[in-house]
Amino acid sequence: MKRLLTLTSALAALVSSKAALAEYGLNMTQGITEVSQDIYDLHMMVFWVCVVIGVVVFGAMFYAIIVHRKSKGHKAAHFHESTLVEFIWTGVPIVILVLMAIPASKTLIEIEVLDKADMTIKVTGHQWKWQYDYPEEGIGFISNLSQSSKDAIDDRKKGSDAKREALDADGDTYLLSVDNHLVVPVDTTIRFLITSNDVIHNWWVPAFAVKQDANPGFINDAWAKPTVIGTYRGQCAELCGKEHGFMPIVVDVVSKADYAAWVAEQQGAAAAAAEAATQQWSEDDLMAQGETLYNTNCAGCHMTDGSGGYGPAIKGSSISNGNDADEHLNIVINGKNGMPSFKMLGDSDLAAVITYERRAFGNTGSIVQPSDVTSAR
Amino acid sequence: MSYTAAHDDHHGPEKGLLRWVKTTNHKDIGSLYMWFAFAMLLIGGAFAMGIRAELLQPGLQLMDPQFFNQLTTMHGLIMVFGAIMPAFVGLGNWLIPMMVGAPDMALPRMNNWSFWILPFAGGILLSTFFMEGGAPAFGWTFYAPLSTTFAPDSTDFFIFAVHLLGFSSIMGAINIIATVLNMRAPEMRLMDMPLFVWTWLITSFLLIGAMPVLAGAVTMMLTDRNFGTAFFDATGGGDPVMFQHIFWFFGHPEVYIMILPAFGVVSHIIPTFARKPLFGYSSMVYATASIAFLSYIVWAHHMFLTGMPVAGELYFMYATMLIAVPTGVKVFNWVATMWKGSMTFETPMLWALSFVFLFTIGGFSGLMLGIAPADIQYHDTYFVVAHFHYVLVTGALWSIIAATFYWLPKWCGNMYNEKLAKFHFWWAMISVNVLFFPQHFLGLAGMPRRIPDYSLQFADFNYISSIGAFSFGLSFILLTYIVIDCIRNGTPSEARPWDSAKGLEWTLPSPAPYHSFNTPPARAVILEESQHS
Repeated sequence: MKRLLTLTSALAALVSSKAALAEYGLNMTQGITEVSQDIYDLHMMVFWVCVVIGVVVFGAMFYAIIVHRKSKGHKAAHFHESTLVEFIWTGVPIVILVLMAIPASKTLIEIEVLDKADMTIKVTGHQWKWQYDYPEEGIGFISNLSQSSKDAIDDRKKGSDAKREALDADGDTYLLSVDNHLVVPVDTTIRFLITSNDVIHNWWVPAFAVKQDANPGFINDAWAKPTVIGTYRGQCAELCGKEHGFMPIVVDVVSKADYAAWVAEQQGAAAAAAEAATQQWSEDDLMAQGETLYNTNCAGCHMTDGSGGYGPAIKGSSISNGNDADEHLNIVINGKNGMPSFKMLGDSDLAAVITYERRAFGNTGSIVQPSDVTSAR
Repeated sequence: MSYTAAHDDHHGPEKGLLRWVKTTNHKDIGSLYMWFAFAMLLIGGAFAMGIRAELLQPGLQLMDPQFFNQLTTMHGLIMVFGAIMPAFVGLGNWLIPMMVGAPDMALPRMNNWSFWILPFAGGILLSTFFMEGGAPAFGWTFYAPLSTTFAPDSTDFFIFAVHLLGFSSIMGAINIIATVLNMRAPEMRLMDMPLFVWTWLITSFLLIGAMPVLAGAVTMMLTDRNFGTAFFDATGGGDPVMFQHIFWFFGHPEVYIMILPAFGVVSHIIPTFARKPLFGYSSMVYATASIAFLSYIVWAHHMFLTGMPVAGELYFMYATMLIAVPTGVKVFNWVATMWKGSMTFETPMLWALSFVFLFTIGGFSGLMLGIAPADIQYHDTYFVVAHFHYVLVTGALWSIIAATFYWLPKWCGNMYNEKLAKFHFWWAMISVNVLFFPQHFLGLAGMPRRIPDYSLQFADFNYISSIGAFSFGLSFILLTYIVIDCIRNGTPSEARPWDSAKGLEWTLPSPAPYHSFNTPPARAVILEESQHS
């Protein structure tokens, strides 16, 4: 009975989630670039070829199953060879394959060969977040799974009611939302340079039909020319360890004017951060910023209370107590064993998060200033 | 003949457990392989149940993501190396000597060794779950550097287990080649051999070619992890993509290792129950050989997104599409065999027919995946998961179950319960499609594979898929009962339980005697039982 109820509610969910289905559908997305449309057309073409072949082959098979059966008194024929027939059903598939290969080759060359890009974005995969750099604009930032999705995961562990509320709160973008969106201008040819800092990741935005391995030590490229303003979501598509399912990609395609404004705003913020890194910070400021950064970057393994989980405990650890922060700095900047490097964070951010780790959870370690990080790098 | 009987008595099986430890008999070893594979199928299946239970609903309800990754990794490894491959070696052991008119395998002691390595290799692999840091969690394809620099300590045990599994497979393959080429009845020409023997002979060459490459890959991993080399470590001048080239140079022949013997099995069952000779015997042999050849030159179609040059992508796309030709020939030949036959639908035939139907669906999605530009959207999604489960579960596994029902009367001398077996077939057939068909939609809609939790728009199809999985999993309890019931209580079977079955194995009494053929069958008998007459 309970099973029946769950099943009914699943069917109800199926009907009620039409809206969510409409977003992705049963089929491949047509996307918002010329390439994604070409790939969709190719996919549909091959699909219909398969359907036609399937109808012919399975039609013959089921006709034989229904008509040529012993229970209907059908007597077996004895033919078992025909060079002509063998020749035909070797030759016809070859012709079909050649006809499929022509548009496939054209699309492939279109994807792989790019003459000139209007702008470049460098994408770096980390366990388990994406880093975006705009080398020409001098902007760079990290993009993590959003706090709302993280809360939803945590709340789910607390029982079914909390689970449902968390799910509703996070809505359709559960596990598909990030704190810092990648922002790109519309109708612009963007070259993505894709690499990794640790293991192999894969940067996939279905709407762009861009999916490219991020290989450590090597740079791959891909390109897209988005034509429709909007927000597009994707995920890492190569198993990269524990949190592989939790490093989504969100891209805002905005108008060229909005993009220029966004770039100016980011450049201003970057200048302010560089300025702040040269200052002495108060403990309160370090702790406040450190807490946010800790919860985003560290709590997944070391837990919100620093008690350790997938990673060792920070609470009470000799590394995060005492007056000598050298080893602490070294581990956070360079990584150790399963712990990834965090050297992509700015000096102020690193100082804040390390100070937080040394002063929170009852730890009594020394304060770390941005200048300490600069000299430790 | 009295000499033969006395001879058999003298060399009959030892009593007790030691019979199984010391045996050099192809039937005993075949049974050991089959039971081992079945045990591994249940263990690997239990892992799959864990995976589907976690994916039943969005959210992390049952396990930590790291444990989820361990389950997906071990599910793949156990099913490929523990279940499907040993099951086919078991079938080969049981059937090949009987089919070629030989008394036993050519290298019986090595046969014993190649089996008894397996339980230890499987045991080492499974024991990693209890080690610090857990079992390997980098997927069955173990891409570096996730499997080298970033892997748990248990990876070294995994490497050792893979080496052992490789030894076992290579020895099994050498034995089959030696048996087919040297122990075949003198009057049997190569083109008289039944297709199961042909497909296994060709598979053996694939194994001998591919397994050492896998051994090379894991050895390079071993030295990268422990002895300071940097084959796959970019910081030391190595290349992580090279790992994938080496892995798939093994991995692509490997998928044909798991499907060619299945083609052989189906080519026996369909003619029997269609009461018509196999259509195009020689084209079946040539198609098998062509597929085997092509399997060595298409490996990088698993790697379209690694950053290959466009010329490489074009080549691998064309070569991959070519595989559709010989595979198509096989499917057309099976359908032509059924055409104008006099078909009946006993359990082995039901499995064989659903093999043709569902494997072809897996072949269609394979053709779609081979189109390199479209693969950009398919790669590493549930579409791929659906594809390879259609070819490996409803392909390879289906043929193993079909073969089991088809030859079980010959093996144990008893007939299984036809009613129950047909019920089990329909149960498994429906639930496997509920399980895997929705995964096509999930993949096209954008759900990546190997994730323990997913966004809400994927919830409904995951729910349906999981329900199908639980039902499919349960059906194996009934299968176990049917097989054991047949061995213990089945009604005695005739020597040739299927009236129009052809093959030398049916000329032996049921159950088959301990030593198959003490005198090689005559030319007339071989021709009478061959598939091309």
